Amino acid sequence: MIPQTFEYKKAQTIDEALALLREHGDEAKVLAGGHSLIPLMKLRLSTPELLIDIGGIQELSEIREQDGRIELGALVTHRTIEFSELLKQKCPVLPEAAAQIGDPQVRNKGTIGGSLAHADPAADYPAVVLALDAEIEATGPDGRRTIPVRDFFQGLFTTALRPGELLTRVRVPVMPPRSGAAYLKFPNPASRYAVVGVAAFVKLAPDDTCAEVRIGITGAAAAAFRATEAEKRLVGKTIDDRTLTAALEDMVDPDDLLSDLAATAEYRAHLCHVLTRRALRQAFERAHG
Amino acid sequence: MRHTIQVTVNGQTHRVEVEPRLLLVELIRDVLGLTGTHVGCDTSQCGACTVHVNGEAVKSCTMFAVQADGCEITTVEGLATDEQLHPLQEGFWQEHGLQCGFCTPGIIMAAADLLKRNPDPSEEEIRRALEGNFCRCTGYHNIVRAIRYAAARMRGEAVVPRGEAAPTGAS
Amino acid sequence: MEARAYIGAPIRRVEDRRFVTGRGRYTDDIVLPGMLYAWIVRSPHAHARIRAIRTEKARQHPGVVAVFTGKDMLDDGVGSLPTGWQIGPDMKEPPHYALAVDKVRYVGDGVAVVIAETKAAARDAAELVEVDYEELPAVVDAAEALKEGAPLVHDEAPGNLCYVWELGDREATDRALATAHHVTKLEFVNQRLIPNAIEPRSAIGHYDPGRDELTLYTSSQNPHLIRLLLSAFVLKIPEHKVRVISPDVGGGFGSKIFHYPEEVICAWSSRKLGRPVKWTAVRSESFVSDAHGRDHITTAEMGFDRDGRIVGLRVRTIANLGAYLSTFAPGVPTWLYGTLLAGQYKTPHIHVEVKGVFTNTTPVDAYRGAGRPEATYVVERLVDLAAHEMGLDPAELRRRNFIQPDEFPYQTPVVLQYDSGNYEGALNKALEMADYWKLREEQKRAREQGRLIGIGLSCYIEACGLAPSKVAGAIGVRAGLYESAAIRVLPTGKVQVFTGTHSHGQGHETTFAQIVAHELGIPLEDVEVIHGDTAEIPFGMGTYGSRSLATGGSAIYRALEKVKAKARKIAAHKLEVAEEDLEFRNGQFIVKGTDRAISFGDIALTAYVPHDYPEGLEPGLEENAFYDPANFTFPFGAHLSVVEVDPETGRVKLLRYVAVDDVGRIINPMIVEGQIHGGVAQGVGQALLEGAIYDRSSGQLLTGSLLDYALPRADDLPSFEVGHQETPCPHNPLGAKGAGEAGTIAATACVVNAVVDALYHLGVRDIRMPLTPERVWRAMRGLPTDGHAS
Repeated sequence: MIPQTFEYKKAQTIDEALALLREHGDEAKVLAGGHSLIPLMKLRLSTPELLIDIGGIQELSEIREQDGRIELGALVTHRTIEFSELLKQKCPVLPEAAAQIGDPQVRNKGTIGGSLAHADPAADYPAVVLALDAEIEATGPDGRRTIPVRDFFQGLFTTALRPGELLTRVRVPVMPPRSGAAYLKFPNPASRYAVVGVAAFVKLAPDDTCAEVRIGITGAAAAAFRATEAEKRLVGKTIDDRTLTAALEDMVDPDDLLSDLAATAEYRAHLCHVLTRRALRQAFERAHG
Repeated sequence: MRHTIQVTVNGQTHRVEVEPRLLLVELIRDVLGLTGTHVGCDTSQCGACTVHVNGEAVKSCTMFAVQADGCEITTVEGLATDEQLHPLQEGFWQEHGLQCGFCTPGIIMAAADLLKRNPDPSEEEIRRALEGNFCRCTGYHNIVRAIRYAAARMRGEAVVPRGEAAPTGAS
Repeated sequence: MEARAYIGAPIRRVEDRRFVTGRGRYTDDIVLPGMLYAWIVRSPHAHARIRAIRTEKARQHPGVVAVFTGKDMLDDGVGSLPTGWQIGPDMKEPPHYALAVDKVRYVGDGVAVVIAETKAAARDAAELVEVDYEELPAVVDAAEALKEGAPLVHDEAPGNLCYVWELGDREATDRALATAHHVTKLEFVNQRLIPNAIEPRSAIGHYDPGRDELTLYTSSQNPHLIRLLLSAFVLKIPEHKVRVISPDVGGGFGSKIFHYPEEVICAWSSRKLGRPVKWTAVRSESFVSDAHGRDHITTAEMGFDRDGRIVGLRVRTIANLGAYLSTFAPGVPTWLYGTLLAGQYKTPHIHVEVKGVFTNTTPVDAYRGAGRPEATYVVERLVDLAAHEMGLDPAELRRRNFIQPDEFPYQTPVVLQYDSGNYEGALNKALEMADYWKLREEQKRAREQGRLIGIGLSCYIEACGLAPSKVAGAIGVRAGLYESAAIRVLPTGKVQVFTGTHSHGQGHETTFAQIVAHELGIPLEDVEVIHGDTAEIPFGMGTYGSRSLATGGSAIYRALEKVKAKARKIAAHKLEVAEEDLEFRNGQFIVKGTDRAISFGDIALTAYVPHDYPEGLEPGLEENAFYDPANFTFPFGAHLSVVEVDPETGRVKLLRYVAVDDVGRIINPMIVEGQIHGGVAQGVGQALLEGAIYDRSSGQLLTGSLLDYALPRADDLPSFEVGHQETPCPHNPLGAKGAGEAGTIAATACVVNAVVDALYHLGVRDIRMPLTPERVWRAMRGLPTDGHAS
C-alpha cells in the first residue's frame, strides 16, 4: 500500500517532459492517469526514483478529426472515449472497447496513452488498435515519429517506444463506408482484465464479400497480435458458418498462448476461436448497416 | 522532497505539505481526518476509497495527493448539506442498502457519478456501473434498489420507502 | 394511544445514519495521542527453519522505535494462542506463537514486527529486517499431507494428523449401503475460501502505565472471548486490567471471531513501549493472515431403496486445518459438520469419519456457515445427483425423504434432535414462486434450441443458536455458549441495552431495540443498544453461527422480564393495588378494569427517586440475564436457482434465485431479507467464482489478491426472489432461529445442482468448484476438470 519514496516532477509541456526523461533516464517513469503504474508502485513491484507527471499537458488531452483520421492525445481518458460523440459516429468500436475497461472509476482516470505504453498483455485497447490498423505517434529527443501499430506491441510490457520517447498521440481511421468493427471480451472473473479479447474489422466489397479483414487479439499471448492467417483466408469470402469454420481453424497455436490461473492455453485458444467468430459476425452485420 | 499542494475538500481549502508518495486517500484520512473514505484493498479494485475529484468518481488509493494539487474533492462527508441527506444516502437508508457500512461511502460516491450521467438507469446499468465496487454483505440486491430510489427522488418522482422510519414511537 | 408493534416491522436501521454520512468509527479510524504503527514481517516461504533474524538495520531506520521477534515475546513469557475446541483426548495442539519462533509454517506466518512513528517508516524498515531461512519441503494439500513421507508441519503431530473423529454407526451404515438398491457416490472438493470482509482487520494496543490497564481496540466479532484468551492464556495478565473494544466492524463472516496474532503483538508491544500501537492489514496481507474457510476432500455415498428412500449415508472427509489450530478450528469440520449430515431427510444410518490435518497453509476456521455449508453440499449434491441417476424429479425424490411436520421432535442418527420444521412446505413455496413445472417446460424447449438451461434445488437445515452449554461441554467446546444481556432503565425512562453479542452489519442496534421498545411499549428512539466493549457489558460470547437473536435476543427478553417484574412491584405500590390487579399495556401499568395507570417513565423515576417506595425493594431499575439455550435452533429452507450455460465457452449465468427460508419468528423482515441476500451471494461466490489456490510445490498462495481471487460483483448476480415461512422455534422466548448463514448454506449446492442439471444429458455428473468457465467447458467435453490450476 505504501510505495517506496520517489521524487515527483510535473511537466507542463511535451518538451519539459522529454527534457526530464533525458536527464533522468531509466530512473524515471512517466505518470499519466496512473492506473497502470500506481498499483504496481503500491505493491513495490515498480520502484522508480522519479515520476514525471504529464497529466497537466493540455495539448495531449484532445480528440480531433483530421484527414480521415481521428487523433487522440495520449491523455484522453477511457471515459472521454466511452462518451465521445465524435468517436461514436466515426469509430464506434473504440468507445465500445473503452466502456469495457476496468470500471467507471478507473475509466475516469486511466488514459489511452498510458494503457498502450504500458502494454499489459491483457489490456483491451491493443486488440482494437490492431484491428483498426492505427498509428502511434511517439515524440522523442529527435522529434516525432509514427509507428504503425502492427509494429508497436513487441512482448510482455514491451513496445517499440525507445528510451527517452513519449507516446504522445494515437491515430485511428474514420470507419470507411460499408465497414464494421466489434470488440468482444471474455473477462477474468477476478481482475476483469481480458482473458481473451478480440476486435474484428470488416470492410465489404461491392459484392458483399470481405474486401479487408483485420483481427486483433489481446489477453491470449504475451503481447497483443493480429490473426493474419485467418484474415487472409476471409478476404474475398462472405461471412457465414462454413466460411468461418474453415477460416478460423487452427487460427492460433496453443503453444504460443499464455497459461495461468484464469485459463489454460488450450482454453484460451478455444476462446480466441469463439470470440473471433462472434466478433466477425457482429462486424459483418454492422458493415451491412 | 515535500511538495506544497492546495486542495479544496468538501468546500474547504487546505494547503498541506506532502511527500510525493502520499496517496490521496491517506491525505483525506490521515492528514485531514475524514475517515468516511475507506481502504479495502491494495489492488485498486474494491472502490471503498471512491471520492470525487473535480466532479468525477476516482479511487483515491490510486492517485497521489500531489496529483490532486488544485483540485476540488468531495468525500462522503461532503454529500449531505445542512444535515439534509443526499438522496443516495437516504436511498441506502430506506432500502437497507448497507449492512456493515464499510463499502457504503465508496458505493454512494460511485453511484453519484452514475446518476450524473444517467438519471434513470436500469437495473443492468446500475450493476454494470458498480463494477468498481465490492460489497461483501448485501449481495447488491438492496444497493440496486437504493440507487433506483435515489434516482427517482432526484428526478422529482414520488417514492415509497421500504423501511419504516424508526423515530415515531407510539402512533 | 396504542404503542407501536415494533416486532415484525421493517424498521429502517438506527445505525445507518452514521454509516451513510461517513461517520462510522472502525478500528483504523481511531487515532490516539502518541500512536505508533506496526508492520509485520511475514514469511515468504511455506515452510522454513529460521536460522537467524537480524534487526539492527531496521532499528536504525529513521522513525523506527522498536523491532521485535518471536523470541523476544517468548522470552518475555508470552504464551501460545490457544484453540477453544477439543476434539477427543488425543487431539494434537502444537503451540501457535504470535510470531514464529524456530520455524515458519505458512506463507504469511509472522516473524518480526517493526514499530515506528509512521506507517511509512514501519513499512520501509520492514524491508531491512534480514531473516535467514533454511527452506524445507512444504505440503499444502491435506490428502498429500497424510501420505507417508510427507513433510512434517509439527513434530508434535506425526503424519500431520491432528485428530480422527467419527460419528454415527459405522457397521449399520455399511450394511445399509451394501444392501441398497441404488448407491450414489461422489468425490468432492469443498474448496478453500478466503473470507474477504471488506474492512481489513485492524488492532490497536493501548497500555496506560498509570493505571496499569491495557485497552485493545480490535475488529472482532467477540471482544469478551478475545479478552479472556489474551489475558488468561497469552499475556497472562489480570483479566480485569484488560479492556477490549470492538467498535464498528466492517463485516466478519466468521473471519473476525478468532484471536489473532496481531492482537497479541499490538497489546504486548504497547505494554513494552508505553505508547499505543496500531496495525491494520493491507488486503494482500488479509489474504494470507485471515483464517480461511472450508477446504475439505470428501468421499460420500448415499444409498436408496427401490422407492427412492434414503437408507444410509457414509462420509469420509479430510479437513485441512492449515498450519496451526485457530480458535474454533477443530470443531468446524467435526461437530458443526457431521451433525448436519441428515439434512432434512429421514436417513436411518449415517456414519462420518473426519481426519483433521495440518498443512503449510494459512489456518482454516469458521467461515459463514462453518461446517454446515459443507454438510449441505454433501447431502444436497448427492440427493440431486441420485434423482438424475434414478430418473426421478429432484423435487420428488426430496419429498419422499422429508421428515414430516408431525414427526418432531425428530432424533437424527447424528446427535441432533430437530425441534420443529415443515420442509415440504418450504419446498412447495419455492417451487410455486419459481413456477417450477413451467420452468421445466422452458428448459426443455430451450434445449431443443441448443440452449443449456439448468434448474437447481437445495433444501438445507442448519443448527444455530450456539449453544446449550452442557452440549457444548460434551462436544469439547472449552467455553459455555450462553449469552448475556443487561437492561439499564435510566431515571427518565430511557433504556440502555447491553448485549454480549456483536454487530458487524447484522443490525443489532435496530433489531434488539425493536424487541425492547415493543416489550416495554416505549418509542424506539428511547432505546440505545450498546455492544462491543468489555468494560461496559457483562461477559458475553459474541456473534457467530447465526446466534445473536436466538441467544442474545433471548437474553434481552429474559432481562426485560425481570425489569417488568420489578416495575410491576413499583407500580402496584404507587397505585396501591395488588400486583395481580395490574396489566402492562402500551407502556403503562393499568389497574384492570379502570383508567388508573402509571407510565413506565414514572416508574423509572420512582425507582431512582425512591421517596415513596415498596418496603424491602432495592432502588434502581437495572437487570442482567444470562440465557443458556435449551437446544440448538434449526432454521431451514428451500432454494431454487436457474442458470444458463454458454455451450461454446462454458460460462455460467445465474438467471434467477428463489429463496424460501424459515428462520422462525422475524423481528425485522427487511434485515432478515438483507441477511439472506448477502448469504446467497457468498454461497454463489463459492459455487461459481471463489477458490484459494496454493502452488503445490512452493506452497505460495497463488490467489493472493483480488486480481486472482474472484469476489462476486454486482453484475455477477441477479436480483433475488425471497419468500418466508415462519415456524417459531418452540424453545426460546422469541421463537427466533437465526438468519445470518442460511443463504450461504443453501446457495452453493443450489447453483452447482443447477449447472449439473443443465449438463447432465451431456454426461456431466459433477464439476469441481468453483465452476469456472474453463471447468464447465472441460466437463462438457468430458475432459478432466481437476488437473489444471483454475
